[in-house]
Amino acid sequence: MSGLTLVEAVNQALAWEMAHDESVVVFGEDVGVNGGVFRATLGLQERFGAARVFDTPLAEAMIAGLAVGMASQGLKPVPEVQFMGFIYPALDQIISHASRLRNRTRGRLTCPMVLRAPFGTGIRAPEHHSESTEALFAHMPGVRVVIPSSPVRAYGLLLSAIRDPDPVVFLEPKRVYRAFRQEVPDNGEGLPLDHAFVTREGTDATLISWGASALETWNAAGELAEEGVDCEVIDVATVSPLDKDTILESVARTGRAVIVHEAASSGGVGAEIAAILASEGLYSLEAPVVRVAGYDVVPPLARMEYGYIPSVQRIKDAVHESVGSG
Amino acid sequence: MSSVVAQFEITYQQFLDEHGKAQKELPEFAADADQMARMYRFMVLTRVFDRRCINLQRTGQVGTIASSRGHEAAQIGVAAAMQPEDVLAPSYREHGTAIWRGVRMSQLLAVWGGDERGHNWDGARHDFPYCVPIATQCLHAAGAALAIKMRGRPHCAVALCGDGATSEGAFYEALNAAGAMELPVVFMVTNNRYAISMPVEGQTAAATLAQKAIAVGIPGEQVDGNDVIAVRHVLEKALCKARSGGGPALIEALSYRLGDHTTADDATRYREDGEVEEAARREPLGRTRRLMEERFGWTPEQEEALVKALEAEVEAEVEAYLNTPKPRLEDIFEHQFGNMPPMLAAQREIARKYPVPDHG
Repeated sequence: MSGLTLVEAVNQALAWEMAHDESVVVFGEDVGVNGGVFRATLGLQERFGAARVFDTPLAEAMIAGLAVGMASQGLKPVPEVQFMGFIYPALDQIISHASRLRNRTRGRLTCPMVLRAPFGTGIRAPEHHSESTEALFAHMPGVRVVIPSSPVRAYGLLLSAIRDPDPVVFLEPKRVYRAFRQEVPDNGEGLPLDHAFVTREGTDATLISWGASALETWNAAGELAEEGVDCEVIDVATVSPLDKDTILESVARTGRAVIVHEAASSGGVGAEIAAILASEGLYSLEAPVVRVAGYDVVPPLARMEYGYIPSVQRIKDAVHESVGSG
Repeated sequence: MSSVVAQFEITYQQFLDEHGKAQKELPEFAADADQMARMYRFMVLTRVFDRRCINLQRTGQVGTIASSRGHEAAQIGVAAAMQPEDVLAPSYREHGTAIWRGVRMSQLLAVWGGDERGHNWDGARHDFPYCVPIATQCLHAAGAALAIKMRGRPHCAVALCGDGATSEGAFYEALNAAGAMELPVVFMVTNNRYAISMPVEGQTAAATLAQKAIAVGIPGEQVDGNDVIAVRHVLEKALCKARSGGGPALIEALSYRLGDHTTADDATRYREDGEVEEAARREPLGRTRRLMEERFGWTPEQEEALVKALEAEVEAEVEAYLNTPKPRLEDIFEHQFGNMPPMLAAQREIARKYPVPDHG
């Protein structure tokens, strides 16, 4: 089968940028010799040397703190945290420093770094390996949160994230890592940040999602089309800062919005999108905004995780409810 | 069978006792009148500046500020040991070090006066700003050292922190990374005996803070932090070693915080006057002055003239600070990102309609 998986596209983007910008440095736990536990950094150490691709001691605050120090001195660190469930020790460095260094020094020092982490459920892993806490970072001024949902967007968005002059938390949906392949030309072309992508045009309702939930959302839209409901689908991609224009413009045409995400519902990014629709898109709404999100529970272990992930059926039910009302 | 598999010792370095008497032969730089006069000048300046800062806070002209009184030898000793290209990652109390490295006092006042522009400071433009979350700057110094090492540059990074920082995970993680990666970085802990109200005995069961280096496999040593000659000497050795690929070190400088933690603190709540008076006898300025008198014929007239000149210098900086035009409200938006997202631009437009109320 030709084309690349999402994780291979991540690898291809890292390799491109390392080959074209010698200030790019990749490091983290098991990313060097081992090529990363998901193989996202496979072969990079052989190609670019152990000085630019290296393994660190097991300490996430240290990984993020080193990155802040390196970025402030002109490097472009792209550290990996092995799973989002282990990113919390790094929160202090991201929230207290990476997101603030430019502002604190009025631009004297900046922090161009990309903290990569696989996130989300779906690989039957032990506890702490299935977190979707993107809203923690999305709430923080000064940091971008970017989430690809396909190989093409993983490649283009990661290139742009590395080239961005500010810190980016780049969350890779591991349920999509090897879910499908796409042709991803290795041309070094980035995709825009702060931009939501309309992945399917439609007229009856707007489905808004990101990350792994984009898969179920896409599949739901396909089934709904057969059932006579023509959905527009948006991949938010940059969940902070949000591209509200694309969302508002779409809902202005469809009159209906269904937001789908895997993270817990309360206080999630979906709540922010719903608030934007309520305050700036209310008069184009023909039905209440619906959220199809993770329940407000700790992500369940493997045997129940597919009962937690918003399913195609739940999404379809929400769309039918939206289309049927108003 | 059992056998000893590791042993360690921690050395303590002092040249000048509390009376300014040399305990042993002084290092070469201490024979240079100009160098000693310069160090002494900045120590006195740090003291004069501190006094004025407290006064400005008491009169409502600056916000909460951390006192550096008693830390002059540690702050100037490390500053004198550093080169301009070295990278400093300070805590929030290192006024003397910052001023030595070219930061204007008016800019430090701006930082404490609630104006971010202060951190866009002169001098070592690559130095880190003051760091408030305790010990987190130690990791930045390690990261900067990694950048220096990767580029093969002959410099090093220096992290400054207090005794309280040595209880933090970030402190240990930074030391450990520096050791594991052989980074050109030196950590200096100014042990001023208190983490606000918590005495160092309550912070650790370790006999010294320097020995925390041993656990990560790097050298650790103690120095009399009120002896500027010892601080500079020990730091110079450690920095030279780091710059030439010899790896990191931890230096514990023993000192005492003569003032309150900050102007928002009242240290009489947790320590006895007698303890402070005893510590004041070991403070750094007096012993340095006595050395200056003994070795370089420093006179009371010179002393008086110096203090007067420094007071005028500080006053000019205070004036510059007080006369700085107010920041613009737009500034709080403009430095969040290099590329401002549309949502933030929209919020800036809202803010423009609401002038900032003047709270004096």
